[in-house]
Order: sequence, then C-alpha cells, then structure tokens
Amino acid sequence: MSAGSIVAGCLAPHPPHLVYAENPPQNEPRAECGWEELRWGYERMRKRLAALNADVLVVLSPHWQTYIGTHFLGVPRFDSKSVDPIFPNLFRYKYGLDVDVPLAEAICARAKERGLVTQMMRNPDFRVDYGTIVSCHMTRPEWDIPIVGISSCRSTAWYSVEVMQEQALALGQATREAIEASGKRAVLLASNSLSHRHFVTESEVPEDMTHEHIYNHSQYLWDMRLLDHVRAGRGQAIIDEMPEFTVQSVSETDAGALTWMLGAMGVPDYPGEVHAYGTVIGTGNAVVSWVPPEEGASS
Amino acid sequence: MSASNPFVKGLVVPGIPHPLLAPEQNEGWQRLRNAFEAAREEVHSCGADVMVIYSTMWPSVVGHQVQAHPEPEWVHVDELFHELGSIPYRFRVDAELAHGWVRAAKGRGLHARPVAYHGFPIDTGSVVATKLLNPDNALPITIGSSNVYADRAETVVFAKSVTDALIAQGKKAVAVVVSTLSNRLFTDWIDPATDHVHSPKDDEWNRKLLEFFAAGRLEDVAQLSRQIHRQIRIGKVVNFKPMWWMSAAMGQHNRYDGKVYDYAPLYGTGAAVLSLTPSGEGVGDKEFDEDDVEFFTGDRNVLDGPVAQESSSALPAPKVATPSVAPSEQSPASSSGVTNTAKAPAPVGAYPHARRVGDLLYLSGVGPRQPGTNAIPGGPVRDADGNPRDYDIEAQTRAVIENVRLILEAAGSSLDRVIDITSFLVDMDRDFAGYNAVYKEVFEPIQATRTTLAITALPTPIAVEFKVLALPGDVPLTKA
Repeated sequence: MSAGSIVAGCLAPHPPHLVYAENPPQNEPRAECGWEELRWGYERMRKRLAALNADVLVVLSPHWQTYIGTHFLGVPRFDSKSVDPIFPNLFRYKYGLDVDVPLAEAICARAKERGLVTQMMRNPDFRVDYGTIVSCHMTRPEWDIPIVGISSCRSTAWYSVEVMQEQALALGQATREAIEASGKRAVLLASNSLSHRHFVTESEVPEDMTHEHIYNHSQYLWDMRLLDHVRAGRGQAIIDEMPEFTVQSVSETDAGALTWMLGAMGVPDYPGEVHAYGTVIGTGNAVVSWVPPEEGASS
Repeated sequence: MSASNPFVKGLVVPGIPHPLLAPEQNEGWQRLRNAFEAAREEVHSCGADVMVIYSTMWPSVVGHQVQAHPEPEWVHVDELFHELGSIPYRFRVDAELAHGWVRAAKGRGLHARPVAYHGFPIDTGSVVATKLLNPDNALPITIGSSNVYADRAETVVFAKSVTDALIAQGKKAVAVVVSTLSNRLFTDWIDPATDHVHSPKDDEWNRKLLEFFAAGRLEDVAQLSRQIHRQIRIGKVVNFKPMWWMSAAMGQHNRYDGKVYDYAPLYGTGAAVLSLTPSGEGVGDKEFDEDDVEFFTGDRNVLDGPVAQESSSALPAPKVATPSVAPSEQSPASSSGVTNTAKAPAPVGAYPHARRVGDLLYLSGVGPRQPGTNAIPGGPVRDADGNPRDYDIEAQTRAVIENVRLILEAAGSSLDRVIDITSFLVDMDRDFAGYNAVYKEVFEPIQATRTTLAITALPTPIAVEFKVLALPGDVPLTKA
C-alpha cells in the first residue's frame, strides 16, 4: 500500500445561506439568489479539488461542540434531517452520508497517543451537525466520497486560544499520521468563517443582498490581514496571530478548525488560493484551498 | 407578587442528561433525579396551564426564537454525552402562547420569531427538563431561546414579553429555567463515582446562591448575575442571564417561598433543583442598583457608532427598535387598549405611552427626551449637580411634538386627530414665546384646544411637556 497523503486543505465556511441559495433538492426552503461571490468561489474550489481524486473528506466543525475532548463520527452511515437551530427558515436538509470509520478510529487513536482526550461517537441516532453538512455539501455536493467528522473541543471557552491551538496542532499531526498510514488521499475541511460578529436581525427576504456587508470595518481589516498571510504563504504567521485575531474579530477560528488543518499540513509555507471572500449576515467568510507543491500547487 | 403576574411557580433545573439517562451511576445524580420527580408534583399541583421554559442550552443569534411547533417529535442525542443513549420525545407545545410571546416581544422592541419546523433541534436541556418534569405531557410547554449577544436589558424585556402574552391569553404558568449554577464541566472523562463540583470556590458560590434561593431572594440573585458570571461560569456567552429572565418574568422582588430540593455535582458543574413560589412575605426589596427595563431600544453600539449612524440607509441596525407589527399588536397588553412603542422615550414611571378608552385616545405626558439615549434636544434645564443651564425651548418643543406624533402613530392615530392639549412650562416668562411659535407651525391648521400652565418642575431636566387627547384612527373626525 502506498502512503496516504493530504492532497488539499480547505477553509470551507458553513453558512447555511450558501446551501439555501444553491437550491439543492435536499433542502426544503427555496431561494431566488444570494451570496454569489462565495458560492461561485466554492464552485471554483470544487473544480480545483476534482483533479486531486480524493478518497475522503475530513471535516472539523465548530457546530459539533464537545466540552470533554474531541469526538469522531463512528457510525458507517447516517440518513437524517439537519435543521439549523439559528436559521431554520433557511436550512432544513435531508442528508445521507457515509463515514470512513476506520480512518476516524485511526485519527482518534493517534490523537489519544498524543495526550488528547478523545471519544468515538457510536450512537446511530446521532444527528450530524449542520456545519459539517454545509461544508461537505458545498465542497462535494455529490456526496460520493465518505467523510470523517471531527468535533470541536471547546478549549478556547474553557481555557484560552493558546490552549486550543496546542491541542488543535496536536490533533492535526495525529490526523496527518493517520492519513499517511491509511494509504488514502484526503481533503481536509476547516469548517469555519473568519470574523464572526453577526447581525442580530434578518431582512424579510434573507437573500436580499442590499442588507449584506461586513459587520464593521475592524472585522474587515482583521480578515484582510489574515488573508494577506494566506496569499503570501505565511502559515506560521496565521498560527502566531491566531490568539489576537480570534479575540479581536470574534472569530469562529476559536473552534480550532483552521489551526487543526494548518497543523495537519505542516503549517504551509506556500500560498493558499483564495477562491472568494464574502460576508454572510455580517460575518466574514473566505473559501481557500492549500494544495501542497507535490500535488500541483498553483503558485 | 403582583396580582396580575401569571407565573404561579418557578423552577431552576439542570439540563445535563445524567439524571434522566444514568441516575444509577452516581448517588448525586440519583438525588437530582429524585428532586426532579418531587418538583414534578409541584408543577402539576400549582394550577398552571402551561410550562414556560427558558433554556441556556438553546442559543440564538438572530433575535429570540420561540418553539411553536404544536407537536415536536424526534429522537434526540446529546452532542457530548451521546454514549448515554437516545432520548425519543414527543411534546405538546402551546403554539398560541408561542405566537403571543413573539408578538409581545416585537411590541417591546425585540427581534423575535416563532419556529415551527419538523425536525427543529430542541436542545438537550429543554428535552431533559420536559421529560423529567412533564413526562406525560400533562401541561403544554413553550420554550424560549437564549440569545448569545443579549445582555440584561434584552433578556429582561424578553421575559416580560411572555408575561404579557400570558396575561393577554388569561393563562397561568410555571417558569422553568434550565441552567446549572457553576458550569465548569470536567475536561476529561471521569469515573461517575468520583464526581464532584469542579472547585471549592465553585461549590462555595453555589451554596451561597442556594441560601438566597431558599430565602426567596430571586431578585437579589438576579442582581448578582454579573458577579456569578465572573466567578463560576465559563464565559461562553456575554453574561449569566437566566436569573434576569426568571426575575423579570415572575416579578423583580424577593417575596418568594424558596425550596431547594437538592444540590449535587453533575460532571463538575453545580446542579440544583429548586422552586420559587410567589408569596406575600419575604426579605423585601434590598439594594437593587440596576434599573428596570420595559422596552428594548437597541444596542448602545459603544464600539460601532459609525455603523449605527448609517443604519438608516443601507445598513441594517444591529438591533431594531422599530416594531414590524401592526399598531394594535405593539402593545404588550393590547386587550386593555394600552399602547407602548419603542420609538418614543421610555416612560419614567409605571404608565403606558397611551391608552384608548371608547372613542378617545389619552396620551401620558410627553416630553422631548430621545428614545434610546434620553438625550434632550436643546439641552437640559439643569446639569447633574442641579445648576441651571441655558437651553433651547424651541428645540425642546419640536422634540415634544415629534414624540407625540410617534406615539399617536403607534396607537393608530396621527397629529391631525389631536383635539386637546395641556402644555406645561417650567419657566413661563422665559419660554412661552419660543414654545408658542413652534406650536403654531404645527397646530395652527389643526385647531386643537389648548391650555398652557406654568409649573415648578418636571421629573426630568426638561422645560416643556404636553398632555394630549386625540381621536383614534378608526373614529371619524366628524364624531368630534
């Protein structure tokens, strides 16, 4: 068996608005349009990833929140309905997905060896969180590749961003080791936005784009600073500035997904390709892929 | 207790699932289970028509959400303690109350909406509380969310909204707050037999709070919420809100009979099952230092001033103070003909902005203060130390007339339907001419009758106030 590899790492934000605006048959509500910049960015990223022939998507979602360690989906198949608790008017999605349980178990075991608290989730009635669903749908709407679902250990809330990063980097290294040992080609999805201050009101027509913009200028400046690092290939700078970025921009990076993904990829010193940046109900979102040079990084 | 308050009982219960799913694994978890079952008897014998749940485990972002599906049904699994098993449920929801709660919340300036979707994920805390307190659906329930950004004012107003709805629908209720006291979970798996409160500090604070609850001092606990948040809560949200909600819903005082059923550690948190019953006796009103709030007038936007200033154009304001419902729905107690609106300055006493009786609309005294900020156009008549200041009577008079217009329109009337005005001036000699000139600009064509009086002072540092009588919008002008 040849060695497995991470063929791409993606920043794959999960606003349900994006699925809503795509009008897939799985989602009940219908939209006229909306958030095209981000949706078309996802479309570009999908084309980029298609050539990489991935065997599995490994996704870490902020909306599976675990306060005791990191958990992994451990049931081979889920068929259910995901209703967003914040935007139920937009997202009521019937999903069916396959889980690569052996790979999940391998990551779980290696993370435990590194001292992390871990747990396999074996309850077949469990409902997969909407963050995982949205990021996977937008990345691979065909749902023809199994996933590994990883929870967000809420160590930022319990301790600090610094503690979260230490744990997320260790989880990333465990993820990389397990993928390499598996012989599989994996795409990692960090399912989070950047700045994350929402508007607390919603227009009558959610996709009315006259209401869409960044929450405030400060959030935008922080998002642009982080994306400058992405585009310049300064992965370590992202890690180094993560504590301040997370606090100042109320960022969803507090969940550890971006740190985990960068850690798994060895903290890239090559540029990420920014496919899109846009806002969703005031939050800043970027669609980004890092493709290692050996897989044909674009720059 | 106020005679009109519809809450006949309040409970505080934890939402972590072990008392429901695994009580046998720990002596304390079993005691909590027993406490739930004892409290259940109180719930079913207190004369309540409905159980109103405020769960700290149901976060919302876009305003406030209220569960309104008449029969939500699912097989629930907790995202953290999934190994404990599944929780199938089918609940009976008072959808009428849910919609009334939303309407009342909008009328008090909040952004709110009902959620009535199959498969909507009811939070673990609400599921646990309902399964243990109301296992046979003897009472219908209604559940309100806990907005992650909301601070005290918004939470208090949200609570008062459900009280409005209960009064309007003539229902009695039991309030159920789903929350632990200290919320510091262990960050590693434990042997259930070794469970204990995370730290002696958490335990000490929990026991102090239980003393307060046992003495019926609900408002005192509510006033301590910020301190509780700093001392024994993980900072996942902006503040510890459930006691604000409970106190505002049931009555902001300390006149309760408190009963602590039990207290035990729950995976490191401090969990208690306790009840509060309104009583004529108690420790009385103590050192309350946070103002009461009737209407939510939006974020102060301390850090986002420029955004707020632009909000009248393309930018949606972070918190909209403008009710989007018909005037008749804006009143928290519309059945009594009362009108309140977040567009006008909040009253400084226990009175509404307007009240309709028969074919006449009576406005309470209206001054020039600005809604939300209480700023006085033209400046106040005295400074904070009581020293007289120069002020602009014309600017104050224009602001009074604008506030009158806003209240009239909220009540379904308008300035041209005013039939009588009594004006009060604190300095007739200085101000009459300026006041009279501005008055003429607006009211000369309307020809309302008017009386102008000189008085010593008004409750706030303003120079002019109007008392207005008008015709409602549906009464023909010819009837006057």
